[in-house]
Amino acid sequence: ITDFCAGGCCGRQTVREQHGKDESVHRCRPPDVVVFPRCVEEVSALAKLCHRHQLPIIPFGTGTGLEGGVGAVKGGVCFSLRNMDQILDLHPEDFDVTVEPGVTRKALNSYLRETGLWFPVDPGADASLCGMAATSASGTNAVRYGTMRENVMNLEVVLADGSVIHTAGRNRRPRKTAAGYNLTNLFVGSEGTLGIITKTTLRLYGVPEEMVSAVCSFSSVQAAVDSTVQILQAGVPIARIEFLDEVMIDACNKFSSLSYPVSPTLFLEFHGSERSLEEQVNTTEDITQSNGGSDFQWARDAETRNRLWKARHDAWYAALAMRPGCKAYATDVCVPLSRLPHIIVETKEDLIESRLTGHIVGHVGDGNFHCLMVMDPSDQDELHRVHLFSQRLARRALAMDGTCTGEHGVGLGKRSLLCEEVGPSVIRVMQSLKDAIDPNNLMNPGKILL
Amino acid sequence: MHSNRYCNRIIVLPFSVLLEIRVKPDNSGVVTDGVKHSMNPFCEIAVEEAVKLKEKKLIKEVVAVSCGPQQSQETIRTALAMGADRGIHVEVAGKDYETLGPLQVSKIMAALAKKEDAQLIILGKQAIDDDCNQTGQMTAALLDWPQGTFASEVSLDGDKVKVVREIDGGLETIKISTPAVLTADLRLNTPRYATLPNIMKAKKKKIANVKPADLGVDLTSRLEVLKVEEPPQRQAGVKVETVEDLVGKLKETGRI
Repeated sequence: ITDFCAGGCCGRQTVREQHGKDESVHRCRPPDVVVFPRCVEEVSALAKLCHRHQLPIIPFGTGTGLEGGVGAVKGGVCFSLRNMDQILDLHPEDFDVTVEPGVTRKALNSYLRETGLWFPVDPGADASLCGMAATSASGTNAVRYGTMRENVMNLEVVLADGSVIHTAGRNRRPRKTAAGYNLTNLFVGSEGTLGIITKTTLRLYGVPEEMVSAVCSFSSVQAAVDSTVQILQAGVPIARIEFLDEVMIDACNKFSSLSYPVSPTLFLEFHGSERSLEEQVNTTEDITQSNGGSDFQWARDAETRNRLWKARHDAWYAALAMRPGCKAYATDVCVPLSRLPHIIVETKEDLIESRLTGHIVGHVGDGNFHCLMVMDPSDQDELHRVHLFSQRLARRALAMDGTCTGEHGVGLGKRSLLCEEVGPSVIRVMQSLKDAIDPNNLMNPGKILL
Repeated sequence: MHSNRYCNRIIVLPFSVLLEIRVKPDNSGVVTDGVKHSMNPFCEIAVEEAVKLKEKKLIKEVVAVSCGPQQSQETIRTALAMGADRGIHVEVAGKDYETLGPLQVSKIMAALAKKEDAQLIILGKQAIDDDCNQTGQMTAALLDWPQGTFASEVSLDGDKVKVVREIDGGLETIKISTPAVLTADLRLNTPRYATLPNIMKAKKKKIANVKPADLGVDLTSRLEVLKVEEPPQRQAGVKVETVEDLVGKLKETGRI
């Protein structure tokens, strides 16, 4: 392997362990060796080598996934792509840019500063953009700007046998296309099971002229979610609409020294010109007030807005701070908007009955919410109750025409739920695609499909 | 009645810096061809402060000035997109640009300040490629204006400026009269990202072209660069097995 990888290859235990786990609760499953290719030619040569010797291949970006996607369940070679960190081919007038796997979303936005453009998909971590493509990531801005599915225009992928393909054709970046099977979106969300993504061409957006954020409290979950549905129905192009239940707000208040009322809350953000903001805000305020919402707490300038959103982004840490020494786990279901109040209310009842510490926070504009659970890793009974609770929650979402994973992916832990979600005939189609593209099951075995 | 004179005009001096430093093979300087330039971070903070003062309606006009070759115009455009009203590009190219240092720039700034009747000049405290930290101070000296350097907080009070300065021992607060020169330090503010609509609007703002000779400035440098070299390559470390070995090695190399 060392002959093929001038970028380096490593068999040391610590390095292997670092590359065998992500930020999920799944235990570390280290690969047999880690390689650090520096260009697509090296990736291809290494893949050919692995193919010849039937070695599993696990692509690794930033290791910030939440579903155990990088665990090398059958050993093999981990391809750590962090040395491929170039931002290539920025076309500001066409609103597109191509990046390599070592480029993270914050690095890209920093690079784009002077162009007035940005890439809005913002999952919690500062993740690799190619990794985000692999897991079909999403963030707080999805309600207006979409998820990775809507914003990846082309991918360069190395397949298990080392061949290199461009899913939309080499260098192609039209804003829309009707040409052939949609291979780009086949690979988006494939979690490394179909190929190694070595470049992604992304859709960029103009940085909005003005941004304003607001916080509004409600007396009930129903009122908050009803407001969300009505805001969307009114056609307000709201940029972010995040829900925090009273348990989450309490934790955030304590962690970030804030004093929001401890009740179901919406964090809102509006983007646009000054005049359009005025209209958006007035329409939204009318709606929240008609649902008994409190007066808005405003944030106009960048510093105040950042403080407000930091409180939301620190939710994970705020939850952990409520029970020091514990670990956190986030569920990730997504349901049609109209079912949101029902599922949140049932979930909260289940939390109480199961005697679990759970905080609800979510992208209600998409019908997607996370239950952040804090648990004592040495308490087997609690761990078991958390596991059963998550299964029940996923099934509750499926029963409401939803999905078991809105943005985190299937990885290791949700493979059976995927079967329940799509059914055996779809699983058969998915398996035949996998068999066609990776007949020897070398690409990240053990993920997505059982 | 206490007079509340408006500060009329601020000049900011955004400089562009090299993003990547490589020494030229002949050790005469650093490579500039083809290296990406970007606005000096401290200058971004200076521009942001000027724009903030204008938004608070404490000053009427912000003028962005940059000295250098054609590509300096991009730096001025960025300042315009952040909110400056107009730009002045002082053309300095070729050999003159290679030897352009703080003394020459401050002579240019002093001449422009008089010509434009500015009340405040705001610069970044230093450029991150040469780290000179001299232009602001020299400009103030040439104009015989007070200076508030390493500013982490600026407030206008009539025709005086209160400046909180970051110094080694902590913070020093001074009050100086206008016209004055300020240099921006890191914690003064967080510069805004230029939005796309503002970048488009900035294309219509005017940038005037001026030559140093028009301002009566002599660009001859009084410095001659003898040599530029990289720091010595870091030697690999040596691993030892025991504490005795460590002590032995330290004694061997004369460290103890």
